Amino acid sequence: MNTTVHEYRTGWKRALIETKISLTTPGDLMGFVMPTAIAIVVLLFMQGAEFEGAPVSLGAMNMPSLIGMNIVFGGITAMVGALAMDRTTGTLLRAKSMPGGMTGYLVGHLVSTAMFIAVTVIALLAVGLPLFDGLEFGTPDRWLMFLAVLVTGIVAALPIGAVLGALLDNPRNMGLVVFPIMGLVAVSGIFYPITALPGWLQAVGQVFPVYWMGLGMRHALLPDAAAAVEVGGSWRTATMFAVLALWAVASMALAPRLLRRMSRRESGSAVAARRADMQRDW
Amino acid sequence: MGHPRPHDGPAIAVADLRMRYGDKDVLTGLDLEIEPGGVTALLGPNGAGKTTTIEILEGFRGRSGGRVSVLGVDPAHGDERWRARLGVVLQEWRDNGKWKVRDIVAHFAEYYKPYTDPWNADDLLDLVGLTAQGGQRVRTLSGGQRRRLDVALGIIGRPALLFLDEPTTGFDPHARREFHELIHRLTDLDGTTILLTTHDLDEAEKLAERILILAGGRIIADGSPDQLARAASTTAEVKWIQDGRLQIHATEDATDFVRKLLATDDGAVTDLEVHRASLEDAYLELVAQFEAGEAAAAVDTFQEATR
Repeated sequence: MNTTVHEYRTGWKRALIETKISLTTPGDLMGFVMPTAIAIVVLLFMQGAEFEGAPVSLGAMNMPSLIGMNIVFGGITAMVGALAMDRTTGTLLRAKSMPGGMTGYLVGHLVSTAMFIAVTVIALLAVGLPLFDGLEFGTPDRWLMFLAVLVTGIVAALPIGAVLGALLDNPRNMGLVVFPIMGLVAVSGIFYPITALPGWLQAVGQVFPVYWMGLGMRHALLPDAAAAVEVGGSWRTATMFAVLALWAVASMALAPRLLRRMSRRESGSAVAARRADMQRDW
Repeated sequence: MGHPRPHDGPAIAVADLRMRYGDKDVLTGLDLEIEPGGVTALLGPNGAGKTTTIEILEGFRGRSGGRVSVLGVDPAHGDERWRARLGVVLQEWRDNGKWKVRDIVAHFAEYYKPYTDPWNADDLLDLVGLTAQGGQRVRTLSGGQRRRLDVALGIIGRPALLFLDEPTTGFDPHARREFHELIHRLTDLDGTTILLTTHDLDEAEKLAERILILAGGRIIADGSPDQLARAASTTAEVKWIQDGRLQIHATEDATDFVRKLLATDDGAVTDLEVHRASLEDAYLELVAQFEAGEAAAAVDTFQEATR
Protein backbone atom coordinates (compact mmCIF):
# COMPACT_ATOMS: atom_id res chain seq x y z
CA MET A 1 0.00 0.00 0.00
CA ASN A 2 1.36 3.42 -0.97
CA THR A 3 1.58 5.25 2.34
CA THR A 4 1.32 8.77 0.90
CA VAL A 5 -1.85 7.96 -0.99
CA HIS A 6 -3.17 6.29 2.15
CA GLU A 7 -2.42 9.39 4.26
CA TYR A 8 -4.34 11.62 1.85
CA ARG A 9 -7.23 9.21 1.73
CA THR A 10 -7.35 9.08 5.53
CA GLY A 11 -7.31 12.90 5.55
CA TRP A 12 -10.22 12.90 3.17
CA LYS A 13 -12.18 10.59 5.49
CA ARG A 14 -11.31 12.86 8.37
CA ALA A 15 -12.65 15.82 6.38
CA LEU A 16 -15.99 14.09 5.83
CA ILE A 17 -16.33 13.34 9.55
CA GLU A 18 -15.29 16.90 10.54
CA THR A 19 -17.74 18.46 8.07
CA LYS A 20 -20.53 16.27 9.36
CA ILE A 21 -19.65 17.33 12.92
CA SER A 22 -19.55 21.05 11.96
CA LEU A 23 -22.88 20.89 10.20
CA THR A 24 -24.52 19.04 13.11
CA THR A 25 -23.01 21.03 15.97
CA PRO A 26 -25.31 23.96 16.79
CA GLY A 27 -22.41 26.08 18.10
CA ASP A 28 -20.39 25.75 14.88
CA LEU A 29 -23.40 26.42 12.73
CA MET A 30 -24.52 29.45 14.74
CA GLY A 31 -21.02 30.88 14.56
CA PHE A 32 -21.52 31.09 10.84
CA VAL A 33 -25.27 31.75 10.59
CA MET A 34 -25.51 34.63 13.08
CA PRO A 35 -23.03 37.11 11.52
CA THR A 36 -24.27 36.21 8.05
CA ALA A 37 -27.90 36.70 9.04
CA ILE A 38 -27.09 40.08 10.59
CA ALA A 39 -25.20 41.11 7.45
CA ILE A 40 -28.12 40.13 5.21
CA VAL A 41 -30.57 42.12 7.35
CA VAL A 42 -28.29 45.15 7.10
CA LEU A 43 -28.09 44.69 3.34
CA LEU A 44 -31.88 44.53 3.13
CA PHE A 45 -32.01 48.01 4.67
CA MET A 46 -29.51 49.15 2.04
CA GLN A 47 -31.90 48.04 -0.71
CA GLY A 48 -33.18 51.61 -0.94
CA ALA A 49 -29.73 53.21 -1.05
CA GLU A 50 -28.11 53.99 -4.36
CA PHE A 51 -24.52 54.66 -5.34
CA GLU A 52 -24.23 57.25 -8.04
CA GLY A 53 -23.63 55.67 -11.43
CA ALA A 54 -24.51 52.13 -10.34
CA PRO A 55 -27.45 50.37 -12.03
CA VAL A 56 -28.38 48.36 -8.91
CA SER A 57 -29.03 49.21 -5.27
CA LEU A 58 -26.21 49.26 -2.74
CA GLY A 59 -27.81 46.24 -1.08
CA ALA A 60 -27.65 44.19 -4.27
CA MET A 61 -24.08 45.36 -4.87
CA ASN A 62 -23.02 44.31 -1.40
CA MET A 63 -24.57 40.87 -1.53
CA PRO A 64 -21.88 39.42 -3.86
CA SER A 65 -19.18 41.39 -2.02
CA LEU A 66 -20.34 39.78 1.21
CA ILE A 67 -20.05 36.33 -0.32
CA GLY A 68 -16.53 37.10 -1.51
CA MET A 69 -15.55 38.46 1.89
CA ASN A 70 -17.02 35.46 3.66
CA ILE A 71 -14.84 33.09 1.67
CA VAL A 72 -11.61 34.90 2.57
CA PHE A 73 -12.56 35.84 6.11
CA GLY A 74 -14.17 32.49 6.87
CA GLY A 75 -11.36 30.51 5.29
CA ILE A 76 -8.59 32.33 7.13
CA THR A 77 -10.24 32.46 10.55
CA ALA A 78 -11.37 28.83 10.37
CA MET A 79 -7.82 27.65 9.66
CA VAL A 80 -6.21 29.94 12.23
CA GLY A 81 -8.80 29.09 14.84
CA ALA A 82 -8.49 25.37 14.25
CA LEU A 83 -4.69 25.34 14.37
CA ALA A 84 -4.54 27.51 17.50
CA MET A 85 -7.31 25.64 19.28
CA ASP A 86 -6.02 22.21 18.29
CA ARG A 87 -2.65 23.00 19.75
CA THR A 88 -4.24 23.78 23.09
CA THR A 89 -6.41 20.67 23.19
CA GLY A 90 -3.62 18.38 21.98
CA THR A 91 -5.41 17.46 18.74
CA LEU A 92 -2.31 18.44 16.81
CA LEU A 93 -0.05 16.46 19.11
CA ARG A 94 -2.33 13.47 18.73
CA ALA A 95 -1.93 13.76 14.96
CA LYS A 96 1.80 13.89 15.43
CA SER A 97 1.75 10.72 17.52
CA MET A 98 0.22 8.64 14.72
CA PRO A 99 1.89 7.45 11.51
CA GLY A 100 0.93 9.90 8.76
CA GLY A 101 -1.23 11.69 11.30
CA MET A 102 -0.01 15.18 10.48
CA THR A 103 -0.78 14.82 6.77
CA GLY A 104 -4.15 13.33 7.60
CA TYR A 105 -4.91 16.15 10.01
CA LEU A 106 -3.98 18.92 7.58
CA VAL A 107 -5.70 17.40 4.57
CA GLY A 108 -8.72 16.79 6.79
CA HIS A 109 -8.86 20.39 7.96
CA LEU A 110 -8.22 21.94 4.56
CA VAL A 111 -10.86 19.84 2.87
CA SER A 112 -13.47 20.13 5.64
CA THR A 113 -13.01 23.91 5.85
CA ALA A 114 -13.35 24.12 2.07
CA MET A 115 -16.49 22.02 2.18
CA PHE A 116 -17.96 24.03 5.04
CA ILE A 117 -17.30 27.28 3.14
CA ALA A 118 -18.74 25.89 -0.08
CA VAL A 119 -21.90 24.70 1.66
CA THR A 120 -22.44 27.96 3.53
CA VAL A 121 -21.67 30.15 0.50
CA ILE A 122 -24.17 28.24 -1.59
CA ALA A 123 -26.71 28.68 1.23
CA LEU A 124 -25.92 32.40 1.27
CA LEU A 125 -26.42 32.59 -2.49
CA ALA A 126 -29.71 30.72 -2.27
CA VAL A 127 -30.98 33.20 0.32
CA GLY A 128 -29.57 36.28 -1.46
CA LEU A 129 -30.76 35.64 -5.01
CA PRO A 130 -34.52 35.99 -4.37
CA LEU A 131 -34.06 38.82 -1.84
CA PHE A 132 -32.14 41.29 -3.99
CA ASP A 133 -33.25 42.79 -7.29
CA GLY A 134 -30.68 43.09 -10.01
CA LEU A 135 -28.54 40.01 -9.30
CA GLU A 136 -27.95 37.98 -12.44
CA PHE A 137 -27.34 34.25 -12.06
CA GLY A 138 -29.37 32.72 -14.90
CA THR A 139 -26.75 31.65 -17.41
CA PRO A 140 -23.96 29.03 -17.40
CA ASP A 141 -21.23 31.65 -17.93
CA ARG A 142 -22.33 33.22 -14.60
CA TRP A 143 -22.23 29.85 -12.84
CA LEU A 144 -18.82 29.13 -14.24
CA MET A 145 -17.45 32.50 -13.14
CA PHE A 146 -18.97 32.06 -9.68
CA LEU A 147 -17.41 28.63 -9.30
CA ALA A 148 -14.04 29.81 -10.60
CA VAL A 149 -13.93 32.73 -8.16
CA LEU A 150 -15.16 30.52 -5.30
CA VAL A 151 -12.50 27.88 -5.91
CA THR A 152 -9.71 30.42 -6.42
CA GLY A 153 -10.77 32.21 -3.25
CA ILE A 154 -10.76 29.03 -1.18
CA VAL A 155 -7.41 27.96 -2.61
CA ALA A 156 -5.94 31.34 -1.64
CA ALA A 157 -7.60 31.74 1.76
CA LEU A 158 -6.85 28.32 3.30
CA PRO A 159 -3.04 28.40 2.94
CA ILE A 160 -3.00 32.02 4.16
CA GLY A 161 -4.93 30.78 7.18
CA ALA A 162 -2.48 27.90 7.63
CA VAL A 163 0.49 30.30 7.54
CA LEU A 164 -1.07 32.66 10.09
CA GLY A 165 -2.26 29.76 12.23
CA ALA A 166 1.22 28.22 12.28
CA LEU A 167 2.69 31.54 13.42
CA LEU A 168 0.07 32.14 16.09
CA ASP A 169 0.52 29.69 18.91
CA ASN A 170 -2.24 30.67 21.29
CA PRO A 171 -6.01 31.03 20.71
CA ARG A 172 -5.81 34.04 23.02
CA ASN A 173 -4.08 35.92 20.19
CA MET A 174 -6.82 35.24 17.64
CA GLY A 175 -7.57 38.96 17.71
CA LEU A 176 -4.17 39.64 16.16
CA VAL A 177 -5.49 37.95 13.04
CA VAL A 178 -9.19 38.80 13.17
CA PHE A 179 -9.00 42.56 13.83
CA PRO A 180 -6.55 43.42 11.04
CA ILE A 181 -8.73 41.46 8.61
CA MET A 182 -11.78 43.38 9.80
CA GLY A 183 -9.86 46.60 9.19
CA LEU A 184 -8.95 45.28 5.78
CA VAL A 185 -12.61 44.61 5.00
CA ALA A 186 -13.30 48.31 5.65
CA VAL A 187 -10.89 49.36 2.88
CA SER A 188 -11.77 46.53 0.49
CA GLY A 189 -14.94 47.96 -1.02
CA ILE A 190 -17.19 45.34 0.54
CA PHE A 191 -19.90 47.57 1.99
CA TYR A 192 -19.23 50.63 -0.19
CA PRO A 193 -17.43 50.95 -3.52
CA ILE A 194 -13.68 51.28 -3.07
CA THR A 195 -13.59 54.20 -5.52
CA ALA A 196 -15.16 56.36 -2.80
CA LEU A 197 -11.99 56.02 -0.69
CA PRO A 198 -8.87 58.24 -0.88
CA GLY A 199 -6.33 57.01 -3.42
CA TRP A 200 -3.78 55.64 -0.96
CA LEU A 201 -6.41 53.60 0.88
CA GLN A 202 -7.58 52.20 -2.44
CA ALA A 203 -4.00 51.16 -3.08
CA VAL A 204 -3.78 49.41 0.32
CA GLY A 205 -7.08 47.60 -0.22
CA GLN A 206 -6.00 46.33 -3.61
CA VAL A 207 -2.94 44.57 -2.22
CA PHE A 208 -5.06 42.07 -0.30
CA PRO A 209 -7.37 39.26 -1.44
CA VAL A 210 -10.54 40.52 0.27
CA TYR A 211 -10.98 43.28 -2.32
CA TRP A 212 -10.36 40.95 -5.24
CA MET A 213 -12.77 38.33 -3.95
CA GLY A 214 -15.48 40.97 -3.59
CA LEU A 215 -14.73 42.18 -7.11
CA GLY A 216 -14.78 38.67 -8.52
CA MET A 217 -18.13 37.87 -6.93
CA ARG A 218 -19.62 41.16 -8.15
CA HIS A 219 -18.35 40.24 -11.58
CA ALA A 220 -20.09 36.89 -11.35
CA LEU A 221 -23.41 38.17 -10.00
CA LEU A 222 -23.99 41.78 -11.12
CA PRO A 223 -25.01 43.13 -14.53
CA ASP A 224 -22.06 44.21 -16.65
CA ALA A 225 -23.11 47.85 -16.41
CA ALA A 226 -22.28 47.71 -12.67
CA ALA A 227 -18.58 47.63 -13.55
CA ALA A 228 -18.89 51.37 -14.14
CA VAL A 229 -18.35 52.11 -10.43
CA GLU A 230 -15.29 49.84 -10.13
CA VAL A 231 -11.69 50.98 -10.40
CA GLY A 232 -11.05 51.78 -14.07
CA GLY A 233 -14.69 51.03 -14.88
CA SER A 234 -13.82 47.38 -15.48
CA TRP A 235 -14.06 43.99 -13.72
CA ARG A 236 -10.34 43.46 -14.39
CA THR A 237 -10.93 39.70 -14.63
CA ALA A 238 -7.37 38.67 -15.48
CA THR A 239 -5.82 40.88 -12.77
CA MET A 240 -8.31 39.55 -10.23
CA PHE A 241 -7.38 35.92 -10.88
CA ALA A 242 -3.69 36.79 -11.06
CA VAL A 243 -3.62 38.55 -7.67
CA LEU A 244 -5.58 35.75 -5.97
CA ALA A 245 -3.32 33.14 -7.57
CA LEU A 246 -0.26 35.04 -6.39
CA TRP A 247 -1.54 34.98 -2.81
CA ALA A 248 -2.30 31.28 -3.14
CA VAL A 249 1.14 30.41 -4.53
CA ALA A 250 3.03 32.56 -2.01
CA SER A 251 1.21 31.15 1.01
CA MET A 252 1.39 27.59 -0.30
CA ALA A 253 5.15 28.00 -0.60
CA LEU A 254 5.40 29.23 2.99
CA ALA A 255 2.82 27.00 4.65
CA PRO A 256 4.57 23.59 4.61
CA ARG A 257 7.74 25.01 6.15
CA LEU A 258 5.86 26.84 8.89
CA LEU A 259 3.59 23.89 9.58
CA ARG A 260 6.59 21.58 9.90
CA ARG A 261 8.17 24.00 12.34
CA MET A 262 4.92 24.17 14.29
CA SER A 263 4.66 20.38 14.35
CA ARG A 264 8.28 19.93 15.41
CA ARG A 265 7.72 22.16 18.45
CA GLU A 266 4.68 20.24 19.60
CA SER A 267 5.01 18.15 22.76
CA GLY A 268 2.97 17.26 25.80
CA SER A 269 4.66 19.85 27.96
CA ALA A 270 4.18 22.51 25.26
CA VAL A 271 0.45 21.76 25.27
CA ALA A 272 0.33 21.84 29.08
CA ALA A 273 2.24 25.13 29.22
CA ARG A 274 -0.10 26.74 26.70
CA ARG A 275 -3.11 25.58 28.65
CA ALA A 276 -1.69 26.84 31.94
CA ASP A 277 -0.98 30.14 30.24
CA MET A 278 -4.59 30.44 29.11
CA GLN A 279 -5.96 29.55 32.51
CA ARG A 280 -3.81 32.18 34.13
CA ASP A 281 -5.26 34.84 31.89
CA TRP A 282 -8.90 33.90 32.14
CA MET B 1 -0.31 -5.07 4.59
CA GLY B 2 3.01 -4.97 6.36
CA HIS B 3 3.86 -6.45 9.69
CA PRO B 4 6.16 -4.77 12.17
CA ARG B 5 9.74 -5.65 11.57
CA PRO B 6 11.02 -7.79 14.40
CA HIS B 7 13.63 -5.90 16.32
CA ASP B 8 16.48 -7.44 18.25
CA GLY B 9 18.03 -5.90 21.30
CA PRO B 10 16.53 -3.70 23.98
CA ALA B 11 13.28 -1.81 23.43
CA ILE B 12 14.91 1.29 24.86
CA ALA B 13 18.62 2.02 25.21
CA VAL B 14 19.81 5.36 26.53
CA ALA B 15 23.38 6.34 27.29
CA ASP B 16 24.55 9.56 28.89
CA LEU B 17 21.38 11.44 27.98
CA ARG B 18 21.66 15.14 28.72
CA MET B 19 19.09 17.89 28.53
CA ARG B 20 19.64 21.52 29.32
CA TYR B 21 17.08 24.33 29.16
CA GLY B 22 18.91 27.63 29.10
CA ASP B 23 21.34 27.28 32.00
CA LYS B 24 19.28 24.67 33.83
CA ASP B 25 20.38 21.03 33.56
CA VAL B 26 17.35 18.77 33.69
CA LEU B 27 19.03 15.52 32.70
CA THR B 28 22.66 15.02 33.57
CA GLY B 29 23.81 11.77 32.04
CA LEU B 30 20.89 9.39 32.21
CA ASP B 31 21.61 5.73 31.43
CA LEU B 32 18.80 3.32 30.87
CA GLU B 33 18.13 0.02 29.19
CA ILE B 34 14.75 -1.67 28.95
CA GLU B 35 14.31 -5.14 27.51
CA PRO B 36 11.19 -5.93 25.49
CA GLY B 37 8.09 -6.94 27.45
CA GLY B 38 6.74 -6.05 30.85
CA VAL B 39 5.95 -2.84 32.65
CA THR B 40 8.67 -0.45 33.78
CA ALA B 41 7.91 2.57 35.93
CA LEU B 42 9.93 5.75 35.80
CA LEU B 43 9.34 7.13 39.26
CA GLY B 44 10.39 10.49 40.56
CA PRO B 45 9.31 13.71 42.25
CA ASN B 46 7.57 16.35 40.16
CA GLY B 47 10.12 18.31 38.20
CA ALA B 48 12.70 15.52 38.20
CA GLY B 49 12.69 15.28 34.40
CA LYS B 50 10.35 12.34 33.84
CA THR B 51 8.27 14.08 31.21
CA THR B 52 11.36 15.46 29.48
CA THR B 53 12.82 11.95 29.34
CA ILE B 54 9.68 10.36 27.98
CA GLU B 55 9.21 13.13 25.40
CA ILE B 56 12.72 12.58 24.13
CA LEU B 57 12.01 8.84 23.85
CA GLU B 58 8.72 9.55 22.06
CA GLY B 59 10.55 11.71 19.53
CA PHE B 60 8.60 14.82 20.54
CA ARG B 61 11.59 16.68 21.89
CA GLY B 62 15.21 17.14 20.86
CA ARG B 63 18.03 16.48 23.32
CA SER B 64 21.20 18.29 24.28
CA GLY B 65 23.42 15.22 24.21
CA GLY B 66 23.76 11.47 24.59
CA ARG B 67 22.72 8.39 22.64
CA VAL B 68 19.12 7.23 22.46
CA SER B 69 17.69 4.22 20.70
CA VAL B 70 13.99 3.34 20.81
CA LEU B 71 13.08 0.09 19.05
CA GLY B 72 16.46 0.29 17.39
CA VAL B 73 15.91 3.80 15.99
CA ASP B 74 17.10 7.22 17.14
CA PRO B 75 13.82 9.05 17.99
CA ALA B 76 15.24 12.25 16.49
CA HIS B 77 15.15 10.51 13.11
CA GLY B 78 12.17 8.21 13.52
CA ASP B 79 10.02 7.81 10.41
CA GLU B 80 6.33 6.97 10.11
CA ARG B 81 7.05 3.23 10.14
CA TRP B 82 8.81 3.66 13.48
CA ARG B 83 6.02 5.92 14.72
CA ALA B 84 3.48 3.21 13.91
CA ARG B 85 5.13 0.88 16.43
CA LEU B 86 4.81 3.31 19.33
CA GLY B 87 1.79 4.10 21.45
CA VAL B 88 1.64 7.39 23.32
CA VAL B 89 -0.70 8.32 26.17
CA LEU B 90 -0.09 11.81 27.48
CA GLN B 91 -0.90 13.35 30.84
CA GLU B 92 -3.86 15.29 29.59
CA TRP B 93 -5.46 15.05 26.22
CA ARG B 94 -8.64 16.88 25.29
CA ASP B 95 -8.41 16.47 21.54
CA ASN B 96 -11.26 15.91 19.11
CA GLY B 97 -13.88 16.56 21.79
CA LYS B 98 -16.74 16.82 19.32
CA TRP B 99 -16.10 13.39 17.82
CA LYS B 100 -18.08 10.36 18.83
CA VAL B 101 -16.07 7.76 20.73
CA ARG B 102 -16.60 4.97 18.23
CA ASP B 103 -15.92 7.23 15.23
CA ILE B 104 -12.59 8.37 16.61
CA VAL B 105 -11.44 4.84 17.37
CA ALA B 106 -12.49 3.56 13.94
CA HIS B 107 -10.94 6.54 12.14
CA PHE B 108 -7.64 6.49 14.00
CA ALA B 109 -7.23 2.80 13.25
CA GLU B 110 -7.06 3.78 9.55
CA TYR B 111 -3.73 5.54 10.00
CA TYR B 112 -2.04 2.29 11.02
CA LYS B 113 -3.33 0.13 8.19
CA PRO B 114 -0.29 0.48 5.90
CA TYR B 115 1.95 -0.71 8.74
CA THR B 116 0.08 -3.22 10.83
CA ASP B 117 -3.26 -4.85 11.49
CA PRO B 118 -4.90 -2.38 13.89
CA TRP B 119 -7.55 -3.20 16.48
CA ASN B 120 -11.13 -3.54 15.45
CA ALA B 121 -13.03 -0.61 17.02
CA ASP B 122 -15.61 -2.72 18.86
CA ASP B 123 -13.07 -5.16 20.27
CA LEU B 124 -10.91 -2.28 21.46
CA LEU B 125 -13.80 -0.43 23.12
CA ASP B 126 -14.68 -3.68 24.82
CA LEU B 127 -11.11 -4.12 26.07
CA VAL B 128 -11.02 -0.65 27.68
CA GLY B 129 -14.61 -0.90 28.91
CA LEU B 130 -16.14 1.85 26.81
CA THR B 131 -18.62 -0.15 24.74
CA ALA B 132 -21.58 1.64 26.32
CA GLN B 133 -20.04 5.05 25.54
CA GLY B 134 -19.44 4.34 21.84
CA GLY B 135 -22.11 6.75 20.63
CA GLN B 136 -21.23 9.54 23.06
CA ARG B 137 -19.22 12.62 22.13
CA VAL B 138 -15.68 12.45 23.49
CA ARG B 139 -15.96 15.62 25.58
CA THR B 140 -18.87 14.16 27.57
CA LEU B 141 -16.69 11.36 28.98
CA SER B 142 -15.60 11.43 32.61
CA GLY B 143 -11.92 11.88 33.40
CA GLY B 144 -11.36 8.15 33.89
CA GLN B 145 -13.28 7.21 30.74
CA ARG B 146 -11.36 9.80 28.74
CA ARG B 147 -8.04 8.34 29.86
CA ARG B 148 -9.21 4.85 28.99
CA LEU B 149 -10.07 6.16 25.53
CA ASP B 150 -6.56 7.63 25.36
CA VAL B 151 -5.15 4.21 26.19
CA ALA B 152 -7.34 2.67 23.49
CA LEU B 153 -5.99 5.18 20.97
CA GLY B 154 -2.48 4.53 22.26
CA ILE B 155 -2.64 0.78 21.65
CA ILE B 156 -4.83 0.89 18.54
CA GLY B 157 -1.92 0.03 16.23
CA ARG B 158 -0.75 -2.85 18.47
CA PRO B 159 2.44 -1.01 19.43
CA ALA B 160 5.63 -2.76 20.42
CA LEU B 161 6.18 -0.01 22.99
CA LEU B 162 3.59 2.01 24.91
CA PHE B 163 4.36 5.22 26.82
CA LEU B 164 2.05 6.28 29.63
CA ASP B 165 2.88 9.68 31.12
CA GLU B 166 1.40 10.14 34.61
CA PRO B 167 -1.70 8.22 33.59
CA THR B 168 -3.71 8.55 36.79
CA THR B 169 -3.07 12.17 37.75
CA GLY B 170 -6.26 13.69 39.10
CA PHE B 171 -8.14 10.39 39.42
CA ASP B 172 -10.38 9.48 42.30
CA PRO B 173 -9.57 6.12 43.95
CA HIS B 174 -12.24 4.27 41.99
CA ALA B 175 -11.11 5.55 38.58
CA ARG B 176 -7.57 4.81 39.61
CA ARG B 177 -8.34 1.25 40.49
CA GLU B 178 -10.19 0.71 37.22
CA PHE B 179 -7.26 2.15 35.36
CA HIS B 180 -4.80 -0.13 37.13
CA GLU B 181 -6.94 -3.11 36.17
CA LEU B 182 -6.82 -1.97 32.57
CA ILE B 183 -3.02 -1.82 32.65
CA HIS B 184 -2.94 -5.34 34.04
CA ARG B 185 -5.13 -6.47 31.14
CA LEU B 186 -2.73 -4.79 28.71
CA THR B 187 0.22 -6.69 30.11
CA ASP B 188 -1.54 -9.88 29.14
CA LEU B 189 -1.46 -8.78 25.49
CA ASP B 190 1.64 -10.30 24.10
CA GLY B 191 4.78 -8.43 23.40
CA THR B 192 3.92 -4.88 24.38
CA THR B 193 6.59 -3.14 26.43
CA ILE B 194 5.11 -0.48 28.70
CA LEU B 195 7.01 2.47 30.14
CA LEU B 196 5.01 4.60 32.52
CA THR B 197 5.97 7.65 34.52
CA THR B 198 4.52 8.39 37.90
CA HIS B 199 5.37 10.35 41.02
CA ASP B 200 3.43 7.87 43.09
CA LEU B 201 5.45 4.99 44.59
CA ASP B 202 2.33 3.01 45.41
CA GLU B 203 1.27 3.11 41.76
CA ALA B 204 4.72 2.07 40.59
CA GLU B 205 4.77 -0.88 43.04
CA LYS B 206 1.31 -2.00 41.93
CA LEU B 207 1.91 -1.84 38.19
CA ALA B 208 5.57 -2.29 37.42
CA GLU B 209 7.93 -5.23 37.45
CA ARG B 210 10.80 -2.81 37.46
CA ILE B 211 11.10 0.63 39.00
CA LEU B 212 13.59 3.27 37.94
CA ILE B 213 13.85 6.24 40.24
CA LEU B 214 14.77 9.47 38.48
CA ALA B 215 16.09 12.37 40.51
CA GLY B 216 18.80 14.95 40.10
CA GLY B 217 18.83 14.37 36.36
CA ARG B 218 19.74 10.67 36.40
CA ILE B 219 18.58 7.26 37.51
CA ILE B 220 19.41 6.84 41.19
CA ALA B 221 17.81 3.46 41.84
CA ASP B 222 16.84 0.56 39.62
CA GLY B 223 15.26 -2.75 40.49
CA SER B 224 12.10 -4.73 41.08
CA PRO B 225 9.78 -3.31 43.78
CA ASP B 226 11.05 -6.13 46.02
CA GLN B 227 14.72 -5.45 45.46
CA LEU B 228 14.26 -1.75 46.07
CA ALA B 229 12.24 -2.41 49.20
CA ARG B 230 14.94 -4.70 50.57
CA ALA B 231 17.69 -2.24 49.69
CA ALA B 232 15.86 0.56 51.44
CA SER B 233 15.30 -1.45 54.59
CA THR B 234 18.81 -2.61 55.42
CA THR B 235 18.86 -0.46 58.53
CA ALA B 236 16.46 -1.61 61.19
CA GLU B 237 15.42 -0.18 64.50
CA VAL B 238 15.14 -2.68 67.35
CA LYS B 239 13.07 -1.69 70.41
CA TRP B 240 12.48 -3.63 73.60
CA ILE B 241 11.77 -3.19 77.28
CA GLN B 242 14.33 -4.37 79.78
CA ASP B 243 14.27 -3.69 83.51
CA GLY B 244 11.22 -1.50 82.92
CA ARG B 245 13.11 0.78 80.54
CA LEU B 246 12.63 1.29 76.80
CA GLN B 247 15.75 0.36 74.81
CA ILE B 248 16.37 1.37 71.20
CA HIS B 249 19.14 0.16 68.94
CA ALA B 250 19.77 0.79 65.22
CA THR B 251 21.46 -2.06 63.36
CA GLU B 252 22.37 -3.27 59.90
CA ASP B 253 21.76 -6.87 60.83
CA ALA B 254 18.67 -7.07 62.95
CA THR B 255 18.49 -10.87 62.96
CA ASP B 256 21.98 -11.29 64.36
CA PHE B 257 21.47 -8.54 66.92
CA VAL B 258 18.21 -10.01 68.22
CA ARG B 259 19.69 -13.52 68.41
CA LYS B 260 22.52 -12.30 70.59
CA LEU B 261 20.22 -10.12 72.67
CA LEU B 262 17.85 -12.94 73.50
CA ALA B 263 20.66 -15.44 74.12
CA THR B 264 22.00 -13.40 77.03
CA ASP B 265 18.97 -11.69 78.60
CA ASP B 266 17.75 -14.48 80.89
CA GLY B 267 14.15 -13.67 80.05
CA ALA B 268 14.33 -9.98 80.99
CA VAL B 269 13.55 -8.65 77.49
CA THR B 270 9.87 -8.01 76.73
CA ASP B 271 7.90 -6.17 74.04
CA LEU B 272 10.52 -6.76 71.35
CA GLU B 273 9.89 -4.87 68.07
CA VAL B 274 11.90 -4.73 64.87
CA HIS B 275 11.01 -1.84 62.59
CA ARG B 276 12.47 -1.69 59.12
CA ALA B 277 12.64 1.59 57.24
CA SER B 278 10.48 1.02 54.17
CA LEU B 279 11.01 2.02 50.57
CA GLU B 280 8.12 4.37 51.14
CA ASP B 281 9.98 6.11 53.97
CA ALA B 282 13.07 6.49 51.83
CA TYR B 283 11.10 7.72 48.83
CA LEU B 284 8.98 10.19 50.80
CA GLU B 285 12.12 11.64 52.31
CA LEU B 286 13.55 11.99 48.82
CA VAL B 287 10.46 13.83 47.63
CA ALA B 288 10.35 16.10 50.67
CA GLN B 289 13.98 17.10 50.27
CA PHE B 290 13.53 17.52 46.56
CA GLU B 291 10.61 19.85 47.03
CA ALA B 292 12.57 21.84 49.59
CA GLY B 293 15.01 22.57 46.77
CA GLU B 294 17.75 20.29 48.06
CA ALA B 295 17.94 18.03 45.04
CA ALA B 296 21.58 17.01 45.49
CA ALA B 297 21.18 16.28 49.20
CA ALA B 298 17.99 14.35 48.47
CA VAL B 299 19.75 12.08 46.03
CA ASP B 300 22.61 11.46 48.47
CA THR B 301 20.29 10.58 51.34
CA PHE B 302 18.25 8.27 49.18
CA GLN B 303 21.25 6.47 47.79
CA GLU B 304 22.64 6.12 51.29
CA ALA B 305 19.39 4.50 52.39
CA THR B 306 19.13 2.11 49.45
CA ARG B 307 22.73 1.12 49.07
